[in-house]
Amino acid sequence: MLKIEHIYWVLGAFLVYSAWLNLRERQRAMAGFWAILACPFLFGDLILAALADGTRWPAQAMGVGVIGLGVMAARGGMRSHSDDAAAEALRRTAASRLGNRLFGPALAIPLATLVLVLVAPYLRWAATPLIEARHATLTALGLACVLAFIAALRVTRAPLATGLGEGRRLLDALGWAALLPMLLATLGSVFAATGVGDVIAGLVDAIIPIDSQFACLLAFALGMVLFTVIMGNAFAAFPVLMAGVGLPLLVLRHGADPAILGAIGMLTGYCGTLLTPMAANFNIVPAVLLELPDQYGVIRAQWPNAVALLLVNFALMWLLVFQP
Amino acid sequence: MNYWPLLGVGVVVVGFVMRKNPVLVVVLAGIASGFGAGMHPGDLLAVLGSSFVSNRALLLMVMTLPVIGLLERFGLRERARDWIAGFRGLTLTRFLLSYLGLRQVLSMLGLTNVAGHAQTVRPLVAPMSEAAAERSIGPLDEGERHRVAALAAATDNIGLFFGEDVFIALGAVLLIQGFYAQNGIELEPLAIALWALPTAIAAFIIHAIRLVHFQRRMQRRARPPASPEEDRPC
Repeated sequence: MLKIEHIYWVLGAFLVYSAWLNLRERQRAMAGFWAILACPFLFGDLILAALADGTRWPAQAMGVGVIGLGVMAARGGMRSHSDDAAAEALRRTAASRLGNRLFGPALAIPLATLVLVLVAPYLRWAATPLIEARHATLTALGLACVLAFIAALRVTRAPLATGLGEGRRLLDALGWAALLPMLLATLGSVFAATGVGDVIAGLVDAIIPIDSQFACLLAFALGMVLFTVIMGNAFAAFPVLMAGVGLPLLVLRHGADPAILGAIGMLTGYCGTLLTPMAANFNIVPAVLLELPDQYGVIRAQWPNAVALLLVNFALMWLLVFQP
Repeated sequence: MNYWPLLGVGVVVVGFVMRKNPVLVVVLAGIASGFGAGMHPGDLLAVLGSSFVSNRALLLMVMTLPVIGLLERFGLRERARDWIAGFRGLTLTRFLLSYLGLRQVLSMLGLTNVAGHAQTVRPLVAPMSEAAAERSIGPLDEGERHRVAALAAATDNIGLFFGEDVFIALGAVLLIQGFYAQNGIELEPLAIALWALPTAIAAFIIHAIRLVHFQRRMQRRARPPASPEEDRPC
């Protein structure tokens, strides 16, 4: 049975390979960076299993590794592989030679993911499903990437080392930005463990006049946005704001419709996601991937949508949730 | 109440405003918040390590890099640009709106990971957007190229966010339902998901208006004395 862990092992092996290539070129900082990052993929299950059994040192060692990654990222030493004119001429000739066949493997990632997700429930060997249902979509994405890579090697007739080397070139170019989404999610967990959410919810409760429907709804909407901006994730903001304002004040006290409040309230949080560098995988990583000079370039392109949708969402909630 | 954990939030705000390296800012914020809450260093390290491991699925996009890198070396982006440039009547607005609609519908079906910044935006959507913009506006300078690419990434985000909430079987809807269920309010997932539709439609319309304006503005700046025939954006 194919599990998400198997995909993680492949990913970990690619990170180790990238570290090794960097080490061979005497890029020690970069090599160390990818080597540490490979650990959660190669040993992640062991670390979590040990923690569940009460053995804490592997998780603590990983924590030291996380701090190490932060220090290495800050000291720089990240480099991008420059693009010369010869490479561009090569790309042009290859593009005209291969034509639309180049699209095949690129489109194979989304299409194979789609097909695998749809057929996964029916793929069985005896009674065992071939793809574990627990993380079926992510497993399908990982498997689709492997299949697309094989297809890309066949279309371009490039040796395996070239393929992996090009992947490593992009990984080096991403540098610390590749790691940021994982770290931010980690920070979200730390915030939850240290009770940041409860403190903020307490502050909100102390400020708003609870008898006013409008004030409560406004506090809920702005709280969702603000909290999402801080945490980088509307999913983290939702339970906090719901427990602090939504449920006790809007639903129980003012009789708001819970389904509408929940659905549009969550979407109000998404407006915050469009605004914050904390949502790195949506806002910072693409800026690096697209080689934008401004790391906030994507946020700059989408903030008007966020503000307009915030107004729409607030108006929808105000009109809909208090209907009897 | 202990307000010291908020120190972490302060570190994040100050760090991002001062544009310090985000990785360092986030690590420092975690440490500050932990110490503010009076956590034992050993506990803090364990929380850092275990939640880092638990969130590793977020790095899965790295799996796409060898595919994209190899195809790019053999001219994928150039080909994507040339291919789009061959379509008559295709403008930046039409191209990005089609992508937005497709992305929203796919997300509504739960297929959130099918597209994304690494999978589709960098190799296909961004170069295609540039080509579509050049078709309708003429050659782009460096700054305009970056703005078109950023707009392509923003389009992907908007399509993803304001589509996925309509899908009932994962993520947002289940989180909402689960929260209410814990508090004694039973709701059908579909009852929640349907209320995400008005915002999904509004997101599409708002982005359509913005795209039309964006293209018009760029056209005006690109060639002020154009004939009225050519000036029509769509």
